[in-house]
Amino acid sequence: MTLLTRRSLVTGGALGAGLLLSGCDKLAQQPGFRRILFSGEKINMGLQRALMDRNALAPEFRPDQMSPVFRTNGNSNPNTTDYNRHVAENFANWRLEVGGLVDRPLRLSLPDIGAFPQRAQITRHDCVEGWSAIGKWQGPMLGNVLKAAGVRNSARYIVFTCADLWSGAPYYESIDMVDAFHPQTILAWAMNDKRVSVGHGAPIRLRVERHLGYKNAKYVMRIDAVASLAGIGLGKGGYWEDHVNYDWYAGI
Amino acid sequence: MDEPTAPPDPSAKPPAATGTVYRHRLATRIWHWINAIAIFIMIGSGIGILNAHPRLYWGQYGANFDHAWLDLRPYGNILRSGWLTIPAGYNLAISRRWHLLFALVLAFGLLVFMIASLINRHFQRDLRVRAREIGPRYLWADLLAHLRFDFHNPDDPAAYNTLQKLAYVGAIFVLIPLMIFTGLAMSPGMDAAWPWLIELFGGRQSARSIHFIAASGIVLFVIVHLTLVVLAGPIEEIWSMITGRWTLPTAPPEPPPAAHAEPEAAE
Repeated sequence: MTLLTRRSLVTGGALGAGLLLSGCDKLAQQPGFRRILFSGEKINMGLQRALMDRNALAPEFRPDQMSPVFRTNGNSNPNTTDYNRHVAENFANWRLEVGGLVDRPLRLSLPDIGAFPQRAQITRHDCVEGWSAIGKWQGPMLGNVLKAAGVRNSARYIVFTCADLWSGAPYYESIDMVDAFHPQTILAWAMNDKRVSVGHGAPIRLRVERHLGYKNAKYVMRIDAVASLAGIGLGKGGYWEDHVNYDWYAGI
Repeated sequence: MDEPTAPPDPSAKPPAATGTVYRHRLATRIWHWINAIAIFIMIGSGIGILNAHPRLYWGQYGANFDHAWLDLRPYGNILRSGWLTIPAGYNLAISRRWHLLFALVLAFGLLVFMIASLINRHFQRDLRVRAREIGPRYLWADLLAHLRFDFHNPDDPAAYNTLQKLAYVGAIFVLIPLMIFTGLAMSPGMDAAWPWLIELFGGRQSARSIHFIAASGIVLFVIVHLTLVVLAGPIEEIWSMITGRWTLPTAPPEPPPAAHAEPEAAE
């Protein structure tokens, strides 16, 4: 092997790697390959659900393990007229609407929400970006609220519609019934023993602890039980799912 | 044609033994290429994901206001280069799609390869590192042989040398499993399913840091591996990893009989 050939091989290798990389992007734009690429979500969800007890708990932590500062992310103030009025009134006239496939639609005030049996948990919030923060959250289990509303058997997903607008449309997220009835899935009105702040999602933030941060919707205004995600937003089950192809299953 | 040991050793003479040996079993070859693609995609998409928050922490939590032991933001321009990431432009969602699909290829590929290599005895025959091989004298001699670009024991040219074995064992049994398990430990779902995962690594942010360190180890392995393939004769090496048949190197025909007294046989 002459040096020249070696050099050309190295150059060729580097060039090949570059072509492979740009080839990956080309491939990812082919509808057929994109389906394969996006199938990882379903496989990972299937594997995790198979390995995981339905009620397996996310790790909980001691108070001394909490983050000194729990940063905010995403929208930190919906800043709409309605929302600002609720903030000014300290959410006294705010009601959480629970509807969709339920026998008894509910309109819950903060005291109503506080009257449900409460669960407090110190858990780790994992952002899709890679950082983590540990905080304490308290509120009623979503499952109990749904039972109070008489959720029907035909419901397959729970959709959360939020006060913050993203390009004019409200932020929304959705989870399936496994996560909806998970014991750690709560409608948190308290964080670190205080009312949830505006930055962290006042008055109510969904905590769905086996998922990444973007599933934990802030500023929850409405909860709907639905049979299908089609027809809601762009149909993929959430704002980020619709607009930038985030995985709907965010357990990984 | 084939002179892997050429540069420092001008005494190359006509080959003593020519011909080919069956060196790489089918399972090894299939895994090698599947894994090469998977590693390539994992590194590119992994850098894409790292770019979303290029700071690393130790412990259970870690975010902007916490102490980062490594802050890669000053190298953001390099880490965001289009030739380094999948996709070329920053897109966390698509990087994750690549990463989390090919993570399955990497993990299950390794699992199947490990089972196959126990059955076909590739591990026991070719990768077992014997105690005497890791003595300092032996390793030193092997290192010197590498510096002479002398990679093959003339008595058994198809056998891996010690440093080569250690590199392969390190990649197969340490680095890639570490990547897989630290990767799983970062998944909030897996932390619920297998709570021992984050105990094992001392927290999710520690797991993320170890993930990065092990990935750096794999990048180093790939660089050294490719360099040595080029030095050892890239055509023959690549061809053997496709067909399994490897052309015997043309070793000098006068191997000293002292090979048994000296642990270093490749004089």
